[in-house]
Amino acid sequence: MSDLTPRKDLLDIESLSLEEIEYVLNNAVPFKQLFQRSVKKVPTLRGKTVLNLFYEPSTRTSSSFEVAASRLSADVTNFTVGSSSVVKGESLLDTIETLQAMRSDYIVIRHKAAGVPGIVAKHTNASVLNAGDGYHAHPTQALLDAMTFREVCPDYAGRKVVIVGDILHSRVARSTSTLFHKLGIEVGVLGPGSLIPEGRHDFMQRLGSWDDVFDWGPDAVYLLRVQLERQEGQFFPGIAEYHKMYGLNSDRLVHMREKGTWLMHPGPVNRGVEVTDEAMGYEKSLISTQVENGIAVRMAVLHWLKPETQQD
Amino acid sequence: MSTTSEIITEEILTPTGIEEKVALLADEIVDRCGDDEVAFVGIFTRGVTLAHRVAKVLADRGKNYPVGTLDISLYRDDFDRNGPDFPRLESSDIPFAIDGTRAILFDEVIYTGRTIRAALDGLMDYGRPRKIELAVLVDRGHRELPVQPDYVGFPVATESNQYVKVRFHEDDGKEGVFLVTEPQS
Repeated sequence: MSDLTPRKDLLDIESLSLEEIEYVLNNAVPFKQLFQRSVKKVPTLRGKTVLNLFYEPSTRTSSSFEVAASRLSADVTNFTVGSSSVVKGESLLDTIETLQAMRSDYIVIRHKAAGVPGIVAKHTNASVLNAGDGYHAHPTQALLDAMTFREVCPDYAGRKVVIVGDILHSRVARSTSTLFHKLGIEVGVLGPGSLIPEGRHDFMQRLGSWDDVFDWGPDAVYLLRVQLERQEGQFFPGIAEYHKMYGLNSDRLVHMREKGTWLMHPGPVNRGVEVTDEAMGYEKSLISTQVENGIAVRMAVLHWLKPETQQD
Repeated sequence: MSTTSEIITEEILTPTGIEEKVALLADEIVDRCGDDEVAFVGIFTRGVTLAHRVAKVLADRGKNYPVGTLDISLYRDDFDRNGPDFPRLESSDIPFAIDGTRAILFDEVIYTGRTIRAALDGLMDYGRPRKIELAVLVDRGHRELPVQPDYVGFPVATESNQYVKVRFHEDDGKEGVFLVTEPQS
């Protein structure tokens, strides 16, 4: 019936086949339908355990995974760095050994170092879901972005999306642009020159200004969050400067409204930096839809992966 | 019982035969339900088709029953055993309130009863019908759960190496009910 082969982990977008991507995105649709019911829960993962392992602060992603797992009836344990032995100096491999002994079926992991989810995946039978590792990848964010864009543009192939902001430090930009490219969506980028990586992602159209963006004519503008916490290297002169050059202000919003351009943002939003208060109320903003679709996509991913703990 | 080494497929209901059994189900439902508030719920895929066909027969007689659809993939009890590895999920769609109705579930074949067990759980997550009944085109026996249909189009005695295949134009491009016999291992 299907050519799909069982997959244990979701670590990045690069390794996914188009068929796998379609499978997850299509299955996410019925999961989203469940949210309309009074009973939003299904018993599919009853008896399974999901461990949320967050080495970096995250409210949205960790709660999105928690809600997704709960709606599949899995038991969820949250393991955050502040309250764990990691601060007491336990090494990653010792932590993995502990986790392995807990017999979790799924481990959702976020870590500041790229590649950590991959290492954990190699050492455990559980399915590992990368919830963001360094500047590397954030695959479920990319999937929820694709689901959101496909909802508003069902004929998505050949459509255009421009990503605005700090491309260099953004695992979202990396995963989302890769996925959009795989789906045949054209990707443009706009941002400070120092924050656009050289050589990576040659498929992306580099745009120099908002005027270039409007000439290019995107169907959606995807604003990245300015990661104030990752700006130690002084990649741009200041917040006011950034807002002036790259932020979504009233004038730019007028253009978007005229053209019916959709607005996306992975959250959390820095008001007054990449976006103004006014733009937050834009009628074609998909930001809340992205949050809702995040749960549906994460349910579809948990339903799809095959932990090796399930072999009997 | 067959002892050959080949798979034998035998037609046990022709397209006309299916039509007669659908009419039979319609008769029985209307006889027993009287003026109750009835709601049909078909189980994906062919249960949905069966529900629509019975509803059509009744609509021609001036009785209009709403038809909803239910995908039970997420309610199966064999998620990590021998179920399909990668089920393609469908959106269940019950666009009417089922609370207080006499809900009739439709499936094309009843066998172990496990699908119906899952469907009961699924349906009850949508609301609380006053009563739930079950209508099937074919009952092939071999129950593994205490679940029995209320309306049966066609009972067929089968062996464990046999199965019943229902094909509908709408889903399969051809029409008929077939008894398939596999070689005894």
